[in-house]
Amino acid sequence: IVTTTWPQRCLTGTEPVFQGCFVFKPSAKKKKKLQSLGETCLSRGRTATCQIISTIYLCTSCKVLQDELNRKILDSLLDFTRKCSSTRQHSDWASQMRASEIPTAALVLGVNVPDHDMTFQSLSELLQQSVTPHVASVQAKECGAMKHLMKRVLERLMDTAVDDDEEEETEQSGVQLHKSVHCSFSTLCDWYITKTKVGARSSPPVVIIFKDLEAFNPKVLQDFILICSRYIERLPLMFIFGIATSPSTIQHMLPHSVSSLLCIELFQSLSCTQHLATVIDKLILTHQFPFKLNGKVMQVLISIFLYHDFSVRNFIKGLQLALLEHFHSQPLSVLCCKKKEALLNLTQLSHGDLERIRQLPSFRRYVEKQESQEQVKLMTDDGHLKEECQKLIKGFHRYHKHYYPVLRCLHTLTSALPRYPLGKQIRELHLICLEKNVWENEDYQSAMKLLKMLAKDELIALLQRCAETLQSTKSKKMNKAAAQLEELLARFKQLDTATEMAPTVDDSVTSPIKNLQKKTDLFQLQKVAHHHHHHHHHLHCTLLEMNESRRSKKLSPFEVLRNEALEFVDSLVKSHLSPPESQTLHEVCYYSSSAVVRRHLNATPRTSIQAALSSPYYYLQNESLKTEDGTVSNAAPDICIAYKLHLECGRLINLYDWMEAYATVVSAAEGTDPDSDSYGKVDEVKHARFIRAVSELEFLGFIKSTRQKTDHVARLTWGGC
Amino acid sequence: MAALLQHPGYDEEKLRRVAEQLPCREVQAGMLLSLMGEPQQYSYPSVFIYGHRASGKSHVLHVLLRELELPHATVSCVECVSVVLLFEQVLLSFFGCDAASLLPRSPSLSDFVRVYRQQRSQSPAKQTRYIVMEKAELLRDSDANLLPALLRLQELVEDNVTVVLLSEIVWDKFRPNTGCFEPLLLHFPDYSKGELQQILSQDKHPSYSAEFYSSYVNILLGVFYSVCRDLRELRHLASLNFPKFCEPLAEGKVKETDTHKLWRNIEPHLKKAMQTVYLREVSSLQWEQMQQMEEKEAGALRGLSAHTHVELPYYSKFLLIAAYLASYNPARTDKRFFVKHHGKIRKTNFLKKNEKTSNHLLGPKPFPLDRLLAIFYSVVDSRVAPTASIFSQISSLVTLQLLTQVSHDDQLDAPKFKCAVSLDFICAISRTVNFDIVKYLYDFL
Repeated sequence: IVTTTWPQRCLTGTEPVFQGCFVFKPSAKKKKKLQSLGETCLSRGRTATCQIISTIYLCTSCKVLQDELNRKILDSLLDFTRKCSSTRQHSDWASQMRASEIPTAALVLGVNVPDHDMTFQSLSELLQQSVTPHVASVQAKECGAMKHLMKRVLERLMDTAVDDDEEEETEQSGVQLHKSVHCSFSTLCDWYITKTKVGARSSPPVVIIFKDLEAFNPKVLQDFILICSRYIERLPLMFIFGIATSPSTIQHMLPHSVSSLLCIELFQSLSCTQHLATVIDKLILTHQFPFKLNGKVMQVLISIFLYHDFSVRNFIKGLQLALLEHFHSQPLSVLCCKKKEALLNLTQLSHGDLERIRQLPSFRRYVEKQESQEQVKLMTDDGHLKEECQKLIKGFHRYHKHYYPVLRCLHTLTSALPRYPLGKQIRELHLICLEKNVWENEDYQSAMKLLKMLAKDELIALLQRCAETLQSTKSKKMNKAAAQLEELLARFKQLDTATEMAPTVDDSVTSPIKNLQKKTDLFQLQKVAHHHHHHHHHLHCTLLEMNESRRSKKLSPFEVLRNEALEFVDSLVKSHLSPPESQTLHEVCYYSSSAVVRRHLNATPRTSIQAALSSPYYYLQNESLKTEDGTVSNAAPDICIAYKLHLECGRLINLYDWMEAYATVVSAAEGTDPDSDSYGKVDEVKHARFIRAVSELEFLGFIKSTRQKTDHVARLTWGGC
Repeated sequence: MAALLQHPGYDEEKLRRVAEQLPCREVQAGMLLSLMGEPQQYSYPSVFIYGHRASGKSHVLHVLLRELELPHATVSCVECVSVVLLFEQVLLSFFGCDAASLLPRSPSLSDFVRVYRQQRSQSPAKQTRYIVMEKAELLRDSDANLLPALLRLQELVEDNVTVVLLSEIVWDKFRPNTGCFEPLLLHFPDYSKGELQQILSQDKHPSYSAEFYSSYVNILLGVFYSVCRDLRELRHLASLNFPKFCEPLAEGKVKETDTHKLWRNIEPHLKKAMQTVYLREVSSLQWEQMQQMEEKEAGALRGLSAHTHVELPYYSKFLLIAAYLASYNPARTDKRFFVKHHGKIRKTNFLKKNEKTSNHLLGPKPFPLDRLLAIFYSVVDSRVAPTASIFSQISSLVTLQLLTQVSHDDQLDAPKFKCAVSLDFICAISRTVNFDIVKYLYDFL
């Protein structure tokens, strides 16, 4: 029970209880509490705290991430509002002449509208905390007419003030507002004046946020701005426009006479792909979060993002869904948690759970590799299995600890190459690695070849970054690898000093691309290649061939060292980047049902309706409705029978014939004697039921009335029988 | 100058102050004064004043009524989303807030008249009361009886009240077809160049001489007068560019009197302003920052219309392309473009354009949803399941105003859309998905 209710509440993400209270820095007391809770849960069933914790972790870290990502733009917006309110109080000549303009921030957020909510929420929170208590945000759908917009703005501005100290004051204005709903700006002005008199602070600005500018009715917006500009001297107003497309929409929506009342400054937020990259980086490419997605599920989530909505929030929701599904469907997911807890949970596994482990394909593969005596022991001795599993789990965690740093290194190297053979984004490389052994990939091999042609300073810079990545991890092995890399780098530098003493010019190559070769700037090369587009591939090949031919010659010390360094990287890749499917017990942490995720996230309403109508058993689960070969039982709901009958018709359906057929089917269902008079007769009840079924079909969009022929309806779908 | 305004019944000193504040509008002010007559005399029931934006209509009335201390109510019609606000404001300014609260919840015109008369009997007008309606053209959209009633309000409430309507539109466009009381018409002509010069010179900078500012205004008008005669806008431009004008002075390069050198310095700058800040491509704040920056850096700042690029999800791009094709190609040509083996439609026959004009000149045509989806499925290169997210993308394209819904919102079956993006925009979009849209456009065949 706990697993299903808790995480679902977390999914909404609004429960303040869960936000950061024990996820990042759990206090000892809470931890203890949680542990005891976990133990009780575990004793009751297979539910474990770690699952809850991971879910919470996911929720909180999303919010934190989102805020971090928006930090820069939010900060600059806050600066803007502060600056505007301070210049207003200046009294120099220029700002007085300009005082009639309303300061406006045009905030370009991209088309991923579902994500904007969170941004605006943080924005208004931040504004209220640090700049002004008077913030109102409005959405287009609640402001169809001027009256509504005005009402919303006034309500929100005056309500935000309620939680301040003087209750009577606001109550009075609240009553006034309700009694005579004459929402006018003069009311607001009066309210503001009383407000600023009470508070000692010097006139904080009144900020109005238009969350979705494009959706607003232009006329309403224009009028609103005109009105606001009449009060700008008394009321320090400020606008923030949330723009999804491009800033030029402002000019499309507002004529010059209105836009001349605004002083617009542009703020551009991060693109949603950058946003996604960070989310993937922080949530997926880390060993700290035990729950993992396999390649296919990941692919589904990413393609929904790229093809459909660009929404990071939906991506995270998808991730959360996968997490819940995993915990729900995989009993062994008790082991999907931090190493310590996993080992603890392992000791408490029941015999049934251990049997499940034995059933796991990856475990079976592992068993088959063992000697026969050991095989028997693993399959029969529970204690031995537990011990063995401990080792396996430790190994699995170690695998992740090594996988991500090495993945990052490889990405650092390959993303510097022209045409990005292994993908521009790290998620692409990750997907390749999840799929199969990356080193068997053709692109990997060509990437390696290209790497072997890098110029010295470029290579050194890249390797330096790799070493830093490896160094920053906590794994000993990785630190050792980093040390090895550092050593190689040191040797590169020694080489530098050595060549300075005895400069050698390599003139052996006399190809037309010699000049370029000297630079060995591959990007430059690519640019050239781009100019001669059809030569591009050719050039690319020659480049590789050239390298091939040079290899046969005597290698310079730099080249020897370069090869050594790259072979080292290659060995790292081969030992740590094998796909997770090759790891024993990977089913515990990896969620793999891409079909489920796709079905849940990429809804197909039409297919569902058709499924419901043609095989009602699928949804109703009533035994009497069970049929074979796609026929519909007589006992099915009326609409299903009508639907089935209408499939047999052409583009136009004769209503009377349809009703006759319907009556026949229904009579059969009622068990009326086929020879009796009333069989197939249309009585009032049948008539009414039929009419209802037809109108339901019309509502669902299968048929519509037509004037082409009397007593006929037109079909709106094709096919059928 | 002050001698121009003279009228019995008003204080000389007040009239002088009025005249000081109304440069270049002495004639109109005098005319108004004579219309108003002495304070206690009845005035004409309604006056209609029209003239272009920033020709001083509100200003003149405002100054007159304020300085002469006449009872008045100023109402902006933009603000009156409902007539209640109008009534309330009028009653409030004539009789105080008690009167305003006497109005019932959703008052009609007769409620207003009733309350007004009731109040009037308690405190009859000693002086003519004035109701000034700004942006009166919006009254045409409100209730049909409001405008005629306002025009003869004096008669209705039996009080010494005059309604002044201010508008940018001529009276002919107001006259309701049922007929009404004709107001007195008064036209405020545009300011001439000389008058603009005179008015603008009045907001001189405190630390510079009046002559200096006046010569600056002269230069400014030389550049902008041909494109803009709006006083407010010119005043705005003047204040924005003045610091730049003073720059050589501050550096000590030229003297205040060296107009030619000052002109040489400021002229290219003003030309640039005409293309940027005047069009609101760049806001005034940014313009000021630009002035402080070096030339090179300033080039980096782009105007609003320079940002047209929109990042869209992959299928949304194709939906938009399909919508564009559906909007600009005649429906009968779909077979030619999208059916693989379109049989014997010969190109030559086909190209006989019975519609001579280009579809791009005629603008986008509405198309039903089915056609959009049919084209979409044939242009998108992979098999796409008709999922809910495809449909929701269509509606988000509508909210982003890249598509517009032509049919009514409630219409569930066969909604119709139009594509609302430009050719350049769609070309840029199709380039990102490697789709050669020009090949599929009938106009470019």
